[in-house]
Amino acid sequence: MELITPAIGQIFWMTLAFLALLFLLRKFAWKPILKSLKDREALIHDALHAADKAKEEMRQLQFSNEELLRQAKDERDAILNDARKVRDSIIEESKEKAKEEAARIITSAKESIENEKMAAMTDLKNQLAEMSLEIATKILEHELADAKRQEAFVKQQLAKINFN
Amino acid sequence: MKQKQTVNLLSFVSFLILALCFFSFAESLASENRGEPQYLEHDTAFLRDEAIILEEEFNAGKMIIEHVVDNHEWHIAKIGHTHISIPLPVILLYDGKIYSFWSSKFHNKSHTYKGFKLDHNKIVAVEDHSKKVYDFSITKTVFAILFSCLLLLWIFISVANRYKRNPKEAPRGMQSLLEPLIIFIRDDIAKNSIGEKKYERFMPFLLTIFFFIFLNNLLGIIPFFPGGANVTGSIAVTMVLAIFTFILTTINGNKHYWVDIVNTPGVPWWLKVPIPLMPVVEIIGIITKPFVLMVRLFANITAGHIIVLGFVSLIFIFGAISDALGYGVSVVSVAFILFMDLLELLVAFIQAYVFTLLSALYFGLATIEPEHH
Repeated sequence: MELITPAIGQIFWMTLAFLALLFLLRKFAWKPILKSLKDREALIHDALHAADKAKEEMRQLQFSNEELLRQAKDERDAILNDARKVRDSIIEESKEKAKEEAARIITSAKESIENEKMAAMTDLKNQLAEMSLEIATKILEHELADAKRQEAFVKQQLAKINFN
Repeated sequence: MKQKQTVNLLSFVSFLILALCFFSFAESLASENRGEPQYLEHDTAFLRDEAIILEEEFNAGKMIIEHVVDNHEWHIAKIGHTHISIPLPVILLYDGKIYSFWSSKFHNKSHTYKGFKLDHNKIVAVEDHSKKVYDFSITKTVFAILFSCLLLLWIFISVANRYKRNPKEAPRGMQSLLEPLIIFIRDDIAKNSIGEKKYERFMPFLLTIFFFIFLNNLLGIIPFFPGGANVTGSIAVTMVLAIFTFILTTINGNKHYWVDIVNTPGVPWWLKVPIPLMPVVEIIGIITKPFVLMVRLFANITAGHIIVLGFVSLIFIFGAISDALGYGVSVVSVAFILFMDLLELLVAFIQAYVFTLLSALYFGLATIEPEHH
């Protein structure tokens, strides 16, 4: 029976002790503990949010970086392409010019060769004529130096002629 | 860390076994020759005689009840024929006057002092039985209540100071042990039962009852000073706790709560008019809720203690038949006590949790806002 009869003394002290405990713990323990738990949770929440935001920003930044890089690459390619084209056209032009020049040089060389040849031929002809004349003169002089023979020859020639 | 926990658990279990051995030993000392001084001369006699004496005097039921009810002094052990116990202050209110003295004053042949007699844990006036003696003594249970309150204050104020000093640091030591429990009570009990808006008002009470019950349940498992007092297995203590829950529910009850009690929705009208059957049932319900809280905690904890003490008694009951049988049974008994104590560890937590959860649910019912459809 004693077991299930609440004792007045216990009720009294328990009420007193529990009220004091509740009051003191509330003031000195639960309030600061719950407050700092809440603060810490808010801090963690904010930090996670900030981290997420930073990540997103990072992603954006990376994206724009990539975009920039891509643009730069494109530009470089375009410039290179242009340069190549310019180079090609320059080479082509120079080749063309060189060919023309060569052709022109060859033509003029041919002309001058022809001219020289003609001049040489003329010279040769003249010299030949002179030499022929000289020889002819010499021959004639030689031949005509012996009058007797001339006479003989004329006679001989005359002899061949038949006056019939 | 894991290893450390295992080591801690092991040391705790071995401590428990040691404690139980000591408990059984102290028990054997205490139960020897209890209260029968005429046998004291025969102490030097043969063991056989001793056994007969024990058989005659050992009363398991009496011993168990003595251990679960309150006491005016804190009995620790009996070595030889000397009782080692801590005297506690007796404070009496009798005939409009306050009397106070140490409980050790009753240690005389007639158990009387200043006209009061200690009769089976109850103090009565010797001459005049018509006037009631109001006993406000610091009994074993009261002492344990005060002790646990101081322990709780010390633990939680030191933890709170750590929170204040290092608000951004990770919890350490005692703080990291208690923080999950505090968060558990806040998130799983208070927020779930009362709701996000109003839970904060009830947090101090819920945390206080949870840790008060939990700590006292645990201290109750420890068989010797300063544990061992049956605080949460005392009906007065659980009654006060339940009354606090009842008062808080009643003063926080909103209009919706009271209207639902008087005019319960979803019930046929003829249950309310002309005989107000449902309102009566509901009003009884207001009382039964805290009543059940009181009985559940008291019964669970007391039952646990009684079972453990029952196993201890078995040793002496069999020991009275034959010494060998007593030693043999002691092995089995200690194993069962160990099992029971481990179960009690679980019960200590569960009962603290259930009391807190149900209190929170009652607060939730009292403060719920009607849904607008």
